[in-house]
Order: sequence, then structure tokens, then C-alpha cells
Amino acid sequence: MTEHHEPTSFAFDAESNASIEKIVARYPAGKQASAVIPLLYIVQRQMKRMTDSGWVPRVGMDAVAARLSMAPIRVYEVATFYFMFNTKPIGRFHLQVCGTTPCWLRGSDAVLKACKDAGGLKGYGDTSADGNFTLSEVECMGGCVNAPILCVDDDYYEDLDYESTVKLIEALKRGERPTPGSVIGRQTSAPVGGPITLLDVAGE
Amino acid sequence: MAKVTIDGIEVEVPNGASVLQACEAAGIEIPRFCYHERLSVAGNCRMCLVEVEKAPKPVASCAFPVADGMKVFTDTEMVRRARRGVMEFLLINHPLDCPICDQGGECDLQDQAVAYGGGASRYKEEKRVVKDKYMGPLVKTIMTRCIQCTRCIRFATEVAGTAELGATSRGEHMEVGTYVEKALTSELSGNLIDICPVGALTSRPYAFVSRPWELSKADGIDVLDATGTNIRIDTRGGEVLRILPRTNEEVNEEWMADRGRFSFDGLKRKRLDRPWVRQGGKLVPATWQEAFSAIAAAFTAPGAKLGALAGELADVESTLALKELMASLGSSNLDCRTDGAAIDTSRRDFYSFNTSIAGIEEADALLIIGSNPRTESPVINARIRKRVVAGGFPVGVVGPQGLDLTYGHDWLGEGGATLRALASGAHRFCEVLRNAKKPMLILGRNALARADGATLLAVAWQIAAFNGMLKPDWHGFNLLHRFGGQHGALDLGFVSGLPMAKMLTGGVDALWVMGADGLDLSAVPASTFVVVQGHHGEAAAARADVILPGAAYTEKDAAWVNTEGRVQLGFQAVHPPGEAREDWKVLRAASAALGKPLPFDTLEALRARLVSAYPVFAQGDALPHYVCTNTAGPAGDISGLRDDALALPAGNYWQQDPISRASETMAECARTYAAPAALAAE
Amino acid sequence: MALSDKDRIFTNLYGVQHWGLAAARKRGNWDGTKDIILKGRDWIIEEVKNSGLRGRGGAGFPTGMKWSFMPKQASERPHYLVVNADESEPGTCKDRDILRHDPHTLIEGCLIAGVAMGAHAGYIYVRGEYYNEHVVLQAAIDEARDAGLLGPNACGTGFDFELYVHRGAGAYICGEETALIESLEGKKGMPRLKPPFPAAVGLYGCPSTVNNVETIAVVPTILRRGAAWFAGFGRPRNSGTKIFCLQGHVNKPCNVEEEMSMPLKELIERHAGGVRGGWDNLLAVIPGGSSTPMLPKSICDDVLMDFDALRDHKTGLGTAGVIVMDKSTDLIKAIARLSKFYKHESCGQCTPCREGMGWVGRMMDRMVEGRADVAEIDVLEQVTRQIEGHTICALADGGVWPVQGLIRHFRPMMEERIAAYKARSAGTAPVALAAE
Repeated sequence: MTEHHEPTSFAFDAESNASIEKIVARYPAGKQASAVIPLLYIVQRQMKRMTDSGWVPRVGMDAVAARLSMAPIRVYEVATFYFMFNTKPIGRFHLQVCGTTPCWLRGSDAVLKACKDAGGLKGYGDTSADGNFTLSEVECMGGCVNAPILCVDDDYYEDLDYESTVKLIEALKRGERPTPGSVIGRQTSAPVGGPITLLDVAGE
Repeated sequence: MAKVTIDGIEVEVPNGASVLQACEAAGIEIPRFCYHERLSVAGNCRMCLVEVEKAPKPVASCAFPVADGMKVFTDTEMVRRARRGVMEFLLINHPLDCPICDQGGECDLQDQAVAYGGGASRYKEEKRVVKDKYMGPLVKTIMTRCIQCTRCIRFATEVAGTAELGATSRGEHMEVGTYVEKALTSELSGNLIDICPVGALTSRPYAFVSRPWELSKADGIDVLDATGTNIRIDTRGGEVLRILPRTNEEVNEEWMADRGRFSFDGLKRKRLDRPWVRQGGKLVPATWQEAFSAIAAAFTAPGAKLGALAGELADVESTLALKELMASLGSSNLDCRTDGAAIDTSRRDFYSFNTSIAGIEEADALLIIGSNPRTESPVINARIRKRVVAGGFPVGVVGPQGLDLTYGHDWLGEGGATLRALASGAHRFCEVLRNAKKPMLILGRNALARADGATLLAVAWQIAAFNGMLKPDWHGFNLLHRFGGQHGALDLGFVSGLPMAKMLTGGVDALWVMGADGLDLSAVPASTFVVVQGHHGEAAAARADVILPGAAYTEKDAAWVNTEGRVQLGFQAVHPPGEAREDWKVLRAASAALGKPLPFDTLEALRARLVSAYPVFAQGDALPHYVCTNTAGPAGDISGLRDDALALPAGNYWQQDPISRASETMAECARTYAAPAALAAE
Repeated sequence: MALSDKDRIFTNLYGVQHWGLAAARKRGNWDGTKDIILKGRDWIIEEVKNSGLRGRGGAGFPTGMKWSFMPKQASERPHYLVVNADESEPGTCKDRDILRHDPHTLIEGCLIAGVAMGAHAGYIYVRGEYYNEHVVLQAAIDEARDAGLLGPNACGTGFDFELYVHRGAGAYICGEETALIESLEGKKGMPRLKPPFPAAVGLYGCPSTVNNVETIAVVPTILRRGAAWFAGFGRPRNSGTKIFCLQGHVNKPCNVEEEMSMPLKELIERHAGGVRGGWDNLLAVIPGGSSTPMLPKSICDDVLMDFDALRDHKTGLGTAGVIVMDKSTDLIKAIARLSKFYKHESCGQCTPCREGMGWVGRMMDRMVEGRADVAEIDVLEQVTRQIEGHTICALADGGVWPVQGLIRHFRPMMEERIAAYKARSAGTAPVALAAE
């Protein structure tokens, strides 16, 4: 594990503070600890805004603890238990390859290889030299009928193969953000070639 | 009540009891790791699985509530297989380093593996290795041994009230620790070592020191605070190697404070191990005979005015012996308030912790005056916290602002003005107290060590009286003493004649100082002959004309009275070093040399006198339920109370007495924790 | 009997239409909701019971009965509805479509369920990875609230109901109802000991019921069209319609809402374009999400897709995530990858799961290579039995069932793998040493 630089302070900015107020209001009085996951997301997003790397430094956890009147250790526990909080800095784009069986059966190995080849990545956990990409293996993303899936930050790209993954990564490098979803033009989770049910439904 | 049948044995247990408790009631032992009577139920180790009739799967007995008519089986194939399975899982990633593990010989995992485990492991994969964590000078970690039972996390969070330990990450990577490297800030951290069922958390000072079967054990009383914590002193070859708490539900439950547990290395350093006599202005080694001769010359000089002081670590028997010796020499100048606290001994409830420690759990409101119970008695503070956690227990504090008591409190003010308002009913907190059925206050002994101390005591009593704390069925006035020798000497009436201040400034020609090694005698004029009887060469010894080496609390059979007024016996664990002797024996020998032999030759005879002259010592370690039928308080004029802020004991928690001041371990704690913020909190 | 479009509840499953309120209303959502609510709590629960609806999250517990466990008498403690949208069982992606394409089915269902259990607040716990889905859901809730369908006097019924979205952050275990509650309270997702059950002591210590997204989302239509209509699909005790996720080695993977109890083969061939290379190229199917033990082709030939039929074959309907594997599949590797999943997702609380999942995972990795002794297949099987049934929650059970299914149906394949490895490494280091 490589060492990384932990910032020495963290304070919520105006944008974060505005969100926090709305979030805390969702929970009953005195139950503000419920907001710990949402607030850790806010830290991660603010870090992304500030540093172009979406992660949660320890001082960010402390800020959450202070804001929610929690013991810091309780926040550390949460931040390290849930997989979506990056406790180390990551690259500009977070490439998350689903490697669980449904995606593996449909060719996730090729997606992984494409990420390595096109992203300049040695393997899972690696961040590319240009700081563009961090590669992670994630567990089932819940998009199995559109396997294999690559999740870039918050967006699912589906029905991938080696070539389409390379194309996607090249686009990201160019600063483009291709529309998420099926890369082969499927109507979401309908079968290839178009729905064969729900052809006769009320509505628009 | 519910009737439950355990392996054919019928028992009745309260509704809401767990199956595990029912099994214990039936006399059947259930193996367990995570379960601990004094902590919340985690149910995670799965060692306590039993079979319950009609349940499809084995159930965790620690967490499963009984039901009337329930049939439980603890010795079926299902149960045996479950236990064997859990044991195997616990061991696959546990290092087989028992030979070098300090827990060896007293390890739950070891014992239960033998009793319930299989003969061999089928695990061929690589074992997990976990990085050790730094938790400070007292608790050593070998985290690869951790079985993730979370007892330590629950102790720190629930009992100690310092939520610093947690389990980070998840699954097989879950690690117990502080996440951010830091020393634990609890004064109860040693208890983590006791509750850890394996060798993950062990005593740093005791590391690689001994095996349990090599140790001799003696029951003792911790006197380094006034809680009266019941302890076991483990020794080998005449040396104290470790101190552990014994369970006493009414006093310390099963907890112990760190200073009492870890400062015993101070018993070996700076000791007074032979008599000394001042000759030509210098202290020189002497024989007992020479020492006694010098004393006799000074104490039997015609017309000499005599006095005696008994300090915070003087035991009951020796204090009585000193009192009787002084009486036989015709002196009644006695003072045991060597800290200068203005204590009124005219009634016992003026200086006792009358609610009792266990009684805290009955109380429903608390006012703390001039005390930080967290540092003055961590164990009593844990009891207060237990009551706070149970709910409905407002706590108000008069004293320094911003104390971290490990529970929330309402800071009312810092000194006299606030107290006057509380005594007159003008303060908002009075309503809280008067709405309570059993309100109590805790007055720190240190608060009385000021010029208007007597007035402060009177005001504190008035606060108690005015706010419904003194009732025919409830006594809510409590003085929190600081050391094990303080209450007993008061019970012996070791307060008469000239007060200490006079005795220290030429009021007497010869002064006997016992059990007050740290007392500053530098102001005593050269014309006063000073005998210092004690065990550590500290401030008092520096001014002594004769030094008589006595025994520390681990080195004598002696009675001690805790802050509640509970009389408890400690037993000799080791002999005093060198020529040092038990203090009552020193006094008995001195009395013979002075031509006034005391009328007892054995400790039994001395104790017989004690009990006949002071019936309070006849009650043993049981404590009566104190009530207050006379609300008249100590003398003192409320208008004389100064507005000065109440002061807490000076210095850090770890170094408060001659033994802990001589301890390297405690010195390291002081260095570790002596951040400016921590000092401010003292 | 295949379902016809007029009997499909999720008419916008594929997102062909807009998810918003206007379009949803045209599809029939929020139609007569007020009348349904005014029929009262008892009627709703009775109707749901009569429909035969069983939980769609995996365990298949009768929904009406679950709702009836909530205290009838109001007390100081509020009641909570908690919706489990932490869809994380490998092979399952049905709730995702409801959240992003048909959110109003769920939102309307939440209001009705809230009425049925006396809950004035509901939390929908959406898995963290469904970021875009949660954005849609939140917007749909806002729309509904603005339209007076939620909030004070929801739908003009006099019943107040607030609905909140709460995102998880990547932990499969939070799909376990008590872990979900812990997570929602701001703690690690570690399952609670039961009893007490959530209906007595749930979210914030208050009576709570946790239901799957699909379970809640089908309720409004059931109540509109009648219990008998829903109960008319599928075999008795297995009634209703169900979204199936057909995936793996099929020609056209898809989600589809179908009638319960349809034969597996028909389901795959009718909706997913058949098995890649033809039915005879089928090797095995994991019928209901990763936790359910796989079935060999011989059983797949005629097994029905419902709770009871699959239980009879020692597996389960689970979440109805159908993972098809053809003859090119390295089954041992497919299951080893699932073992890795469960090892990764074990919360670490209980000894058997925390320690056992790692052990199983490492043994499975060796089984993939064949780097093991044949006798170790038995050890592996025994270890799974040692885990199963010995933990607080069912993750551990679900985590070892795939391995048990593999051994049950494909033990010879594992033995061959071991023999091949031994043959390859003959004359080199002995196996035991290599395993160190």
C-alpha cells in the first residue's frame, strides 16, 4: 500500500452545508446519526470539487462526527465498512469493473483487460500515471441482464466488450462523457432487438 | 418467572432472562467469548449455541430470551458439533503462539479449545496477520490474536465512556482498534486487559514477566484512591508482579482504576528500607535501637509538647497504635487531615460517602461540587456513568468548566456564588434536585482544603438539606475522599488538640508523621524534632530527624476504610523491603523503647482493642444503609463563603501518591498524556 | 400460460415511457388510491393476504401476515415503513427497473403500506451504486408530494405520510432487514439479534416493517384489480406475477414480468431467446440469485419457477435472478467467484461467517485449479455445514449454498479437476506442500 497525503483540515463548504441541512431534516430529532452515510458522500463530493479526487480523508470523517455529534470512531467504522467510500485519493475517473459471476459469464475479463490496456493501469487498486483513472473491482452492481458492466463514477455502462470499453475510456480521456447505459443501443433491460412484451400498454 | 428445563434440570428464572442465564442457574456451564455480564449482548462469537426444543437451528443462548416451558439441551450432537465448529473457526486465523503469549494459562480461548475443540486443524490456507495497534503505555496489543468478540469496544463505549475503540473494515478484514493511532484516554483502560478473552490486549508492564501458575496471590485493597477497590496482588519471589481487581458488586463490581493497577513498580523504587537518624545535620543510616533512642530522647524530654500526624496512606491499626502511643505519652495533638481539608469529625455522616457506591444506582439526580470523580475515583465515576446511561439522571457540576466526565453534565458555576444560590434555592438546578426523589451530591475532599473550607462544608450540607437530599430513608450527602487511609483515621478520631498547621509551625517540640510521605515539612522549625514513619523517601523524609521504615499497603495485613466508610481487610502479599516493618509493629517496638509499652503484642490483640473502642470497625465489610435523621449540619456561616473557584487536586491523574510518583509506568503515562488540554481537565 | 400485457403490473419496466407522474397516471398508477386507503387498514391487509403475495426479496414470507405483525394500537412510538431497495444479490436487477422506470408504482405502494401498518413515515433504502436511479426516485417522490399524493393529508385521505430516500454505500449485507435498519440508523450494517423482531423493535427502536421494492410496488395494482386476480396466476401458495432477470448464457438477456410457476425452460426460451447454442448446450442454472444452489440441466428441463418447486429441488426462487450457464462454463470458477463475493460481503460479526467465508473462498480457489486432495471436497462440504445455521443472519447460509449445490450436482467435475492437476504436477512438489 502506498502512502498518501492526508490533509490536515477539512471544513464543509457552502454547497455542502446547504445539502447537509436538507439531509439532516429527513431524520427524526436526535437521530441525526442516520445522516452519516449521506454526509460521508458529501465529503467525498466536496473533495472531488476541491481536488478532482473523490475520497474521504480522516479529517473529513472528523468533520462528519462533529456535525452529527458522533464519536469519531463511530464514523471511522462506517467509512471503512462501506465499500463506496474511498479512504485514499483516487484518479479523476473511478473505473469500477463488476467481476461477479453474472458479469464474468458475459465477459468481464475482457472489460478488465480493456481498462488496463486503454487506461494505462496495472491492475485493481492502481491509479494511472496521468491521474486519470483508478481501477477497482466491485461486486455485483445489480445490472446483471446488461452484463458486463463498467461503472464510471456514478454511471453504469452496459453490454460492454473489449472494443466498446476501449472506446469508452478513450472518450473519457478526451474529456467526453458518453451517455450511460447500454453501449449496444438496447432499450435498457429489454431483450436485444427490442421488447417482445409490453407492446400493448396504456400510457403515452 | 419462567420455568425452563435445561438438560432435564428444571429451573425458575425471571422473565426476560437469557437461556444462558437459565443454564447457569441450572449449574450448567456454557462456553462463551463475546458474552460478558456487564456489557451489552453482542451474540457474535456463536460459542454459546445451544439446542432449544422446536427451534430448527441452534440458538445463541446469550441473546435468546427464555419462555415458560422451554426445553433446552446443551449436550446434544447438534450443540457439540456447533461448538467444535466455532472453535475450529476461531482457531484457523489465531496464531499458535501460546508459548510466547502472556495470556497463556489464563486464556479463555486456550481453555475452551481444550474443552470443546477438536484435536487437529484442517485448515491449510495462509493465516491472517493483523498489524498491532498502539494504545498507550498500559495496554499492549497483539492484534493477530484478536477474535473480534468486541468486548473491549463495548467496555470502552459503555462502561468507560470513552468511545475510542471500534471495529473498522468488515468481514475477515475487520480490525479492532482506534483507527487513528492514539493512546487510550481512559483511566480504566487496564480493564480491557481483563475482559479480553485472548491475548490480544495484554498488560504492557507485565509483558513476558510471569506465568499465572508461578504466582502467589493475596487479597488486598487498593488504597491509591478512596474507592476501596478489591484487588488481588500477584507476587513471585517477594515481588509484586501485577495487581488485578476482585469482584465486589457493592464497591468496584469487577473494575479497577489504572493508577491502582499499574503503579506497583513504584513499590520497588525510592523505598525507605532502613532506619535513619539525623546527626550533625545529616541523615545517616542507623539501627532500630539508635533510632528509638533518638526518639525517646525527644519524646520523653520533660515538658516536651508532642504531636502526631497520620497521612493518606496510614492503615487503621497503625493509626490506632500511634494514637494510643501519643496518649500514653500524654499528648492528644492529633491530625489526620494532612491535605488541609477542613473536615468535621463530629458526626460520621459529615465525612462519609453516605449514599454508598451502589446507592448511586438508586439516585435520580446528582450535584457534583469541587470534584472530578473521573480522576479522583474512576471506578465510582463508572458507576455514575452507568446510572447516567440508564437514563433520568441529571448531573450538575460546580467547579471548573469543561470537565470531561465521560457523561454529559450541566455546568452550574465555578465557586462560592453558585453554591450560595444552590443553598438558598435561588439556583435553577434546585428545581431539578427538588423534583428528584433521591437526589445526591458529591463533594470533593480537595474542595475543603482552603481557608474557608469549613464554611464550604457547611454550605454543601445546607445544599443537601435544602434540596431534599437528607431524608429519613435516604442520605444524599457524600464526601469523596482521595486515598485509602483517609476515612479510617477520621473514624478513629485522629483529629484533636492542635491542628496540623500549628504542629507544623512550632506548636510542638516533637512530631510523629506517619503515612504522609509526600507531606512538605520544610516549614517545620529546626526546634521541632520530627519522626517520619513511612515507606517512600519523599518530601517528609527530607525533613526527618528520624526515619522509621514502614510497610506499603501490599506488605502488611491491615484494615482500610473506603470513602463509603466500608471497613475492608487487606492481606500481606510480600514482606517489606530490608529492615522495614509493618507499621503497627514499629510503633509497638517504639513504645517499648519509650518505656510506655502498648498493651498488645499481636495484630489480633490490636484489632480486639480497635473493635471494642470503635464499634464501627465491628461491622466488617458490610455497609449499613445510611439515612439521615438529623439534618443539622456542620458548623459554618454561609455568608463567610468566598467566591473563589473550587480547585481540583493538582497534578495529573497518574502521579498522586508516593507509590505512583515512584512508578516508571505512571511516569510514562504522565509523559504520554500530559498534553496541555489534558492538564487543563485535571 | 404466459402473461399477457394487460396483466402486467410494471408496464414501463423498460422505460419506454417517461417515469414521471403524468405518464404514470396514464398507465393507471395513482388511480383510486384514496378509495383504497379509505377502505382501511384491515381491509388492505386482508386483501393482501388473500392475494397470496409473498415477499419478493428472496425469503418469500407472506406479505399480508408480515404487515399484521405491526402493533394495532397506536402508542408514543411511531411506526415505520422501510423499503429494501438495496438490491445486491448477484443476478438480481429487477428493483432497479422499478426505481428508474416505474417509481410511482413503488411510491403509491408505500403510501398504502404505510396506511396498512400505521406508519406515517417511510424510508426507501437504495443501494449506493444506484445513484442515477435514486435521483429519479427522489424526483418522483417530490412530484408526488407536490401533487398532494404524499405529505400531510396524502391523497386527501386525512392520512399524513412522508417518504424519504436513503442511499446505502456498498454493502450487500444491508439487504438483510436488520442490517439495513442499523445502516439507516447510521451504523455499520451488522445484523441484529432476533428476537426482538423489527415489528416490535425496529428502526429507532420503533415498530417497523421492511419490505422489498417489488413487494410494495405490486400492492396498488393488487388492490385495484382484486386479490383473486393476483392469486389467479401461478400455483397455489406461489401466486402472482414476478419479475425475472434472465441472464448469463442466453441469447437475449432481459428482465421480464411473468406469471409465477412458468417452467424455467419456457421462461428462457420465450423471453431470453433460449440458451446460447441451444437448450442442449445448457450445463446448469442458478435459479434465484447467487444464494440459491444451482440446478443441473436434467432438473432445468422441467422445473417450474416458483417457491415450492424449487424448494423441492433443494434450491429456491430467491429473487428470481436466473443465471444460465452453458457447457463452456467453468462451473467451479463460477461458484468460486460467488464465494469470493460472500467473503467480501460478510460483515465480520459472527465467527463462522467471518472466518468460514475466507476458508471456503480459499479452498474454492484451489478447487478451480484442482490443487487439492479429493478428500478436501468433503472438508469443504463440512465447513459449509459448519457455517450454515450458526450465525445471526442468513448471509452465511446463502453464502455456502452455492458451494453445496456445486458439490451436490458436480462433484465428479471437481474430482476430475483434482486428478488433472495431480497428473500435471506428478513428480513435482506434493500437493500438501504446494498448498502451504
